[in-house]
Amino acid sequence: MMDALFFYLFATLVLGGAILTVTRRNAVHSAISLIVSLIGVAGLYLLQQAEFLFAVQIVLYVGGIMVLFLFVIMLVNLDQAAKQRRFNRQWWIALLCVTAVGVEIAYFVRKGASAFSMARPPVAAVANAGGNTEQIADVLFRQYLLPFEIASVLLLVAVVGSVVMAKKRI
Amino acid sequence: MSGPPLAWYLILSAVLFALGVAGFLFRKSIITIFMSIELMLNAVNLSFVAFSYQLKQVNGHVFAFFVMVVAAAEAAVGLAIIVTVFKNRETLNVDEVDSMKY
Amino acid sequence: MSQYYSTNEAFALTPALTLALFGCWILVFDFLFANSKQKRYFALVVVAGLIFAGVGLYRQQAFLATSGDSSIIAFSGALTIDRFALYFNWVFELATLIVALVSYNYLEIEGEHHGEYYALLLFAQCGMFFLAAGTDLVTLFIGLELMALCFYVMVGFLRGDKRSNEAAIKYLLLGAFSSGFLVYGFSIMYGLAGSTRLTDVAAAIAARPAWDPLVFLAMTTTAVGLLFKISAAPFHMWAPDAYEGAPTTITAYLSVASKAASFAFLLRIFLGPLAPARDAWEPLLAAVAILTMTIGNLAAISQTNIKRLLAYSSISHAGYMLLGLIAGNDTGIQGIAVYVMVYAFMNLGAFLVVIALRRKNIIGDDVDDMAGLMYRSPGYAVLMLIFLLSLAGIPPTAGFLGKYYIFLSLIETHHYLLAVIATLYVAVAIYYYFRIVKTMFVGELTEKAPLATSFGLRVALGITGVLTLAVGVYPEPVLRLAQNSFLR
Repeated sequence: MMDALFFYLFATLVLGGAILTVTRRNAVHSAISLIVSLIGVAGLYLLQQAEFLFAVQIVLYVGGIMVLFLFVIMLVNLDQAAKQRRFNRQWWIALLCVTAVGVEIAYFVRKGASAFSMARPPVAAVANAGGNTEQIADVLFRQYLLPFEIASVLLLVAVVGSVVMAKKRI
Repeated sequence: MSGPPLAWYLILSAVLFALGVAGFLFRKSIITIFMSIELMLNAVNLSFVAFSYQLKQVNGHVFAFFVMVVAAAEAAVGLAIIVTVFKNRETLNVDEVDSMKY
Repeated sequence: MSQYYSTNEAFALTPALTLALFGCWILVFDFLFANSKQKRYFALVVVAGLIFAGVGLYRQQAFLATSGDSSIIAFSGALTIDRFALYFNWVFELATLIVALVSYNYLEIEGEHHGEYYALLLFAQCGMFFLAAGTDLVTLFIGLELMALCFYVMVGFLRGDKRSNEAAIKYLLLGAFSSGFLVYGFSIMYGLAGSTRLTDVAAAIAARPAWDPLVFLAMTTTAVGLLFKISAAPFHMWAPDAYEGAPTTITAYLSVASKAASFAFLLRIFLGPLAPARDAWEPLLAAVAILTMTIGNLAAISQTNIKRLLAYSSISHAGYMLLGLIAGNDTGIQGIAVYVMVYAFMNLGAFLVVIALRRKNIIGDDVDDMAGLMYRSPGYAVLMLIFLLSLAGIPPTAGFLGKYYIFLSLIETHHYLLAVIATLYVAVAIYYYFRIVKTMFVGELTEKAPLATSFGLRVALGITGVLTLAVGVYPEPVLRLAQNSFLR
């Protein structure tokens, strides 16, 4: 019961924030709404016992990426961008997406969790081996060691790339 | 298993994803378009975590973690490019960023 | 823990490790030697890196040939070095080699000669390695993003040029958008399988009914993401802008290596986990292929910018390659392999001539800039003619070979309508390729400035020109390589 209550609370935050993000004209308002939405997502992570992701979501997304966004918004002058027409492009893709989401929702509502009955593995993979963070570390460094290493190159490229793009003289 | 069923999370994820797509397609400001992409990625992460919870394993958490890493890297490079675009032409309206002919 | 870090892992990773290591070295050297004259030697460092990576690939190939195993599986299934992966890696090696050879002169002319460029080339190829060899959704996703991130920066590398800026931002926004779709599809696949290994996902999808809505959802969203990456219509809109604005060397690299890597990825997904859902995706991809060929070929007719024209032509080539997947028999899959290889050198060759047209104070990317090329530099004009004949698919050039196997597979699998449509569009393609030929051979010579040439450019043109002709005349080795790589 409590869980359902919290779900509704966070879901409202997520959707309300998202709707405001895509409809506000002022980019700063959009960014603030996005932060609200991201915090709502973090709450949902906590509700599903993903404590590690909850922390990462707050630290990385809200504390890192969104601050970067706000910096850039402050850095570049968005006055012209504020007064623009909207809602006039690519209706067909939007229509397609809405239909797809509608069908998906109808399907889930009708079939519920049983849609995924096939998905449950016979044995719970890493049950009760310490807390959530320990489990993630275990899986990350066993099964996903390779992507973890590639991510190091990816981040190096991100560093080099953003310096190349933004620095005056290189 | 207690708590709201998986389907609720998936519906929420799908709606959030659609909102991100709508924002991407209909907004004009490059920064807001970028924020819509972040919404889409969060929708994806939400469904990863929901599946993970249902399956009682943490592989989905790890995937969501990698998606976050990629989102951060993309945001860093993307915002650097946005700053360069702005330095060269002082507008961030996608309709004005079209010196190339169609 | 020892079972996770063994010599097997190191052996499988050698090419990627070498590429990343040389990339890092270039960054360090670039920091130490600020002298702009010495920067052109970075092209040599790239070539050295490619040679070492090539040795790694060759040793893996030799190991597969002698041991009789079909693949080297590393990282408990996250990475699989099979002949498929090796085949595509040879294509990447070739593309990076050609691009590195021509880059130093071009970048000096553009006035943006920085060591980071060469490092990004190597890092991008490192990402492609994982796209071709990855057998885990996470590995594939991170590999894709590594490659894409390098390309976003390289496309915008001419920082003072507005067209380059625009190209970068458009490519980045649409690339990130498509990644969103792709990874949404991956999340559904993970939910179905409870694992991210491709084999587990394939087993989970095979256990479900053919028209399962969840499989369909995963398939469509993943397909949207993948079709964006190979620039298939209706998800092609980024390609002409990105191709036109990017530095021409990167346009060449993007149109060949990125497309080949994305095709490797697409084949891994559609012939792996999504193979059981074939009934669902075949009509969808057929529609996409027809639309891609239509838009690519028809839009190319009216282009005046040669980079844009080649962009639309590369879109149409993606359509032809998709046809091989729709046919789906061994001929079709081998046809894609042959096509990817052949397309790599003929398209690179065409772009090399465009690169030579860029001189100090002359942008040279209009079709009219080619006017009278025959009277000014007959060698370049004749080479361009060969590449264009090959792109159009006219024998005895290599391009004919690629199209031949695709059409053969369509006929073998009774897709007659698709074969007819594809043949019709070949006629359209001949029309716009020959517009360039006509401009070159009968056009009025307007400006007399000699073409920008360098040792690297001549070597690169030599390699691509000889390969285009040699493979067309004597296709045996390429065919054998392609056949071996796709034995299932």
